[in-house]
Amino acid sequence: MSAPEKMNLQTFTQGLWKENPVFVMMLGLCPVLAVTNTAMNALAMGLATTFVLICSGFLVSLLRKVIPKQVRIASYIIIIATFVTMADYLIQAISLEVYQALGAFIQLIVVNCIILGRAEAYASKNGPLKAVVNATGMGLGFTFALLCLGVVREVLGGGTLFGMQVMPDRFQPWSIFVLPPGGFFVLAFWLMLFAAFEERKQKKGVTA
Amino acid sequence: MNPGSFSAIFLDAFLINNFVLALFLGICPFLGVSGKVKTAGNMGMAVTFVMLVSSLCAFGLNHLLVKFELEFLRLICFIAVIASAVQLVEMAIKRFSPTLFRALGIFLPLITTNCAILGLALFQTAREYSFVQCLAFSLGAGAGFSLALLLMAGLREKLELADLPGLARGAALSLILAGMLSLAFMGFAGLGG
Repeated sequence: MSAPEKMNLQTFTQGLWKENPVFVMMLGLCPVLAVTNTAMNALAMGLATTFVLICSGFLVSLLRKVIPKQVRIASYIIIIATFVTMADYLIQAISLEVYQALGAFIQLIVVNCIILGRAEAYASKNGPLKAVVNATGMGLGFTFALLCLGVVREVLGGGTLFGMQVMPDRFQPWSIFVLPPGGFFVLAFWLMLFAAFEERKQKKGVTA
Repeated sequence: MNPGSFSAIFLDAFLINNFVLALFLGICPFLGVSGKVKTAGNMGMAVTFVMLVSSLCAFGLNHLLVKFELEFLRLICFIAVIASAVQLVEMAIKRFSPTLFRALGIFLPLITTNCAILGLALFQTAREYSFVQCLAFSLGAGAGFSLALLLMAGLREKLELADLPGLARGAALSLILAGMLSLAFMGFAGLGG
């Protein structure tokens, strides 16, 4: 995307669907697989990442003319690490339970390629407002993807959703889904689903 | 086996809690560089080396931070240490093996954002490992990463010519393979006793 482009709805929706960070760009897969064993963890992780994305996008965009080009990556990482430390303490203060469930993965947001990628590809070239809007879209797209996995894994693996029972009592939980292999399988399943969807859309486009 | 011993920690990081297949750390290079066995092996070695260097540096650094009560700076310091370690490895590889340097390409600087390495530094701090334990942990994690990468590359080389349904090609196939490997690795649970 060129720099002087005007802000429009696409700035926001880009991250939600067309360039969804997980399903389309395949970025930041580690937390996607690791913390989605329950929907609650997935939601918390998504929101924490969104928070870091927005804050770091805003600051990087404000400082984009001050940071020398040679040391920009290092500067971005320091900015991101600062906000991740804040998010880390915030979550610890809000809910100790979630904090313990997510463990080291909160701090590992630092090395989530989505955030650095957005800082480098978008925030460093656009104004603060656009950067924030775009980061919000990306963050929500990421949260959406995490929830996609989290909901499937929790319902099938434990018969519950956000801790509430949704499956009938007779349901035997498929515990494989909350275990590590389940993460890989569910993500593969979603990718195939999206591929099928895209293929159908393209076929329709050809005939029409 | 004593859970704190060198071999127990090595085995735990190598097989039982394999960084890639059980803890989901370092998935990006795992999916990105596992196309060929040879590149995968080299990448494994580079990552193992960076792990070793940054783990030992992080160990020393953490002591310093605790002494001056600056624990909230931990994350920033660790990242800086890892970035410099990667820079060092990059220079070394460029000097000694330009071919390998070209083969690894963009994935070499990307080791900085490999969560396996930061994860290693964070885990060893959280578990309060001693110097020798850190050594075992980083070697085990590096070996485990290399093993997973090599297995994956071997499988993918075999499947290159297989006739697959179009939908399953590419990333989805890699993920299904990874899931099966992960299932197999679950068999190691309880190995350490």
